[in-house]
Amino acid sequence: MSATGIGAAVRRKEDIRFITGKGQYTDDVIRPGETRAVFVRSPHARAKIKRIDTAAAKAMPGVVGVLTGAELAADKVGGLICGWMIHSKDGSPMKMAPHPALAAETVNHVGDAVAVVIAETQAQARDAAEKVKVDYELLPAVSDPAKAKNGPQIHGVAPKNTIYEWSLGDAKAVDSAFAAAKHVTKLDIVNNRLVPNAIEPRAALAEYDSGTDQLTLWNTSQNPHVARLVISAFVGIAPEHKLRVIAPDVGGGFGSKIFIYPEEVVCLWAARKVKRPVKWTAERHESFVTDAHGRDHITHAELALDEHGKILGLRAKTIANLGAYMSTFSSSVPTYLYATLLSGQYDIPQIYCEVDAVYTNTVPVDAYRGAGRPEATFVVERLVEVAAREMGIDPADIRKRNFIKAFPHQTPVIMAYDAGDYNASLKKAMDLADVKGFNKRKRESARHGKLRGLGYSTYIEACGIAPSQAVGSLGAGVGLWESAEVRVNPTGSVEVLTGSHAHGQGHETTFAQLVSERLGIPFENVSIVHGDTDKVQFGMGTYGSRSGAVGMSAIVKALDKVEAKAKKVAAHMLEAAEGDIEFKDGKFTVAGTDKSAAFGDVALNAYIAHKFSGQELEPGLKETSFYDPTNFTFPAGCHICEVEVDTETGKTEIVNWTAVDDFGTVINPMIVEGQVHGGIAQGVGQALLEGVVYDKDGQLVTGSLMDYTMPRAHDLPSFKVGTTETKSPSNPLGIKGCGEAGAIAAPAAVINAITDAIGSEALTMPATANTVWTALQRAKPRAAA
Amino acid sequence: MAMTMTGEVMLSATRDVVWAKLNDAEVLKACIPGCEELNKNSDTEFQAVAVTKIGPVKARFKGKVQLTDLDPPNGYRISGEGDGGVAGFAKGGATVTLAEQEGGTLLTYNVEAQIGGKLAQLGQRLVNGAAKKIADEFFKNFAATMQPASA
Repeated sequence: MSATGIGAAVRRKEDIRFITGKGQYTDDVIRPGETRAVFVRSPHARAKIKRIDTAAAKAMPGVVGVLTGAELAADKVGGLICGWMIHSKDGSPMKMAPHPALAAETVNHVGDAVAVVIAETQAQARDAAEKVKVDYELLPAVSDPAKAKNGPQIHGVAPKNTIYEWSLGDAKAVDSAFAAAKHVTKLDIVNNRLVPNAIEPRAALAEYDSGTDQLTLWNTSQNPHVARLVISAFVGIAPEHKLRVIAPDVGGGFGSKIFIYPEEVVCLWAARKVKRPVKWTAERHESFVTDAHGRDHITHAELALDEHGKILGLRAKTIANLGAYMSTFSSSVPTYLYATLLSGQYDIPQIYCEVDAVYTNTVPVDAYRGAGRPEATFVVERLVEVAAREMGIDPADIRKRNFIKAFPHQTPVIMAYDAGDYNASLKKAMDLADVKGFNKRKRESARHGKLRGLGYSTYIEACGIAPSQAVGSLGAGVGLWESAEVRVNPTGSVEVLTGSHAHGQGHETTFAQLVSERLGIPFENVSIVHGDTDKVQFGMGTYGSRSGAVGMSAIVKALDKVEAKAKKVAAHMLEAAEGDIEFKDGKFTVAGTDKSAAFGDVALNAYIAHKFSGQELEPGLKETSFYDPTNFTFPAGCHICEVEVDTETGKTEIVNWTAVDDFGTVINPMIVEGQVHGGIAQGVGQALLEGVVYDKDGQLVTGSLMDYTMPRAHDLPSFKVGTTETKSPSNPLGIKGCGEAGAIAAPAAVINAITDAIGSEALTMPATANTVWTALQRAKPRAAA
Repeated sequence: MAMTMTGEVMLSATRDVVWAKLNDAEVLKACIPGCEELNKNSDTEFQAVAVTKIGPVKARFKGKVQLTDLDPPNGYRISGEGDGGVAGFAKGGATVTLAEQEGGTLLTYNVEAQIGGKLAQLGQRLVNGAAKKIADEFFKNFAATMQPASA
């Protein structure tokens, strides 16, 4: 291993720029003559728009234009779409309602945009927006997904507000498994709704060049090419070759910046109308009511076991709230990213899951860090933990009895796990967490009047999203391969153009490590280019922990081609047969001789082309690859959370956290550890602090950071982090992916620990002090006396 | 988002005087914090414009105010709805009861309101605090009108 190659804890290249304020985010991009857009948004959860009077706003100082949904419709700008088709049990397609970028007839959630005011300055646009007079006729709304089917019908296309009623698995076989069971564990679970809250709010800047008829969009996107594709093919703003999308530095996404949003469509449309660049940057209160929220499942789940605690079957019935409109990938999250993971790390012969997706008058819901897999892990890990407690089996033992031990393993819910060692991560985590010493610590806590609990979460996820043919057969509207172009310059430095997008993951470092290792050139001589559709050939972007497994695999494939071509060049230089050229440590050598050429010399010769004729070889050294994975990857591991609960206040303190993850090959252990830390923090946020509350009229009660609590440093302990390694056989590097693991594993570990401490399973997330205290009063715990 | 607020204030005037002032548009206009206009459509209906600032949100509310359940001089119900434009909306009402007590009149109020949009996003604690402040200010102003004019 070299100091900057694969496996080295290299410091992140990009951090100098970020921590010294030199990052270039969308809001930092300034175009000549740019204007500012402010949206007029509905204060009502559901209402008919009777009339919009823009006259007073148009007369305000600095106003360049005031545009409404009616004008958008008149210009025949297409609506936003959901790109993953799901069919109901009865074979009918999902009920996708129209989603105009500006509402023209009805508004369907608080924050739904009805008009946009464009002015010289932000302040002028804001002042003018206050003058836009909208007459609404209030309509009854429904915000609770459990009541959606009986609520007022939101969209004409969706009776009973039902988008689809989907199922996976063999219901009959599962029923037989339950009939034969000695023990059945039943749980009602609410997976709480979350607001993503990336530190950089979403933004869009659109510019139209009438000379070339070109539109350019700078936006906060995790996948600029997909944004361009959707905006041109479905919204119809401009043909693909006349639209350039640039996602410059992006300050966090967590899924929320995958999707195509109304604001970027409106900015593009408006830029052409007002003939000026139009910029919009969300304020935090807008983020709360426009960024796609996450999770929001209501589930009843049951686990069937034999007398030894061996799992015979699992069934679950879930209501998934997709909000007022179907966001870009919303349909896939509670189906193929959720039910397919209900086997967990366990050999479960039969699984059946039903999912009803519903509309409500709330912000659209879509993928958020983990996307479906945290919900699945929470169901499985709570069921297994509770089953162990009910049957008097040690929770680690019940897991060991059910772990999948032979690979490949075909689950009853589509996924074929290809590699893993679940005993190894459990054992290592138990050692690191000193599970043996837990009882002693528990007695110590009791002496201080505190309840101590320990919770496991042996999670699995499907990452490296995804084999295109497989997802295509499941309804995906796109392929999920990745592309890379490796450009070797004549002086031997390298640019890698990747279709992956970095918004905090450190790709500029890890991708450079891969190239440095493979070509034997200094890490500093590699730069990573991403996020611009005019530079990068194409790309599917970054989400689903796919950039290592899929994005880097594409780079490997391109590097293979670069090496093959460079060997041809070297053969001409060294006057040897191509088959005799060996490449190692940045040097091309004629096998069995001391004749060699350095990588830089070969690069130069590839471009000056003096050593070979055009008939023999094409000049240049630049190769492209489109890599499609052969399978998902299956990162897995064991997280152990230990808590202390104050019986007087109900306050939970996480006193120990151990994470042992199997991510396959690790490129940069420091960056991986950072991803694990961040993921756990978000998972703990969901478990203890975060939770969206809508009132019955559809007003967002937790609409600011005063009422919506994000995890802070003092809410978290120092984590003990370890890894085990089984390589993924599905990609050339053996990478599995690490971006979502913490957020997937953590909630179940926390709730398993608290319920262990308080001796009651009736606990909902977020387990705030008040929630835990209330549960304690009901449970009358053993140690309270 | 629902909001409730109750309170009482002791006024140094007779119940009849308090009642009269409660029905006097000019007095109400002078007492309502931020009130820019209060025009009488009828004895029981007003058109109002008031500017309110809560935390980072400043809004000019335009709306109708209605007096119902009139029971002179014991009390009434005052209700209304205001459209604050981009700031959101507020609607609701208050029952106001007057009771004669030694040295004056005890006014009791009971507010129930619904707020929506950006205002609701500010959160219950901030909005409740601001509403209480507005109510306190109103009654401070209102109590002051009971004193003999100093000019």
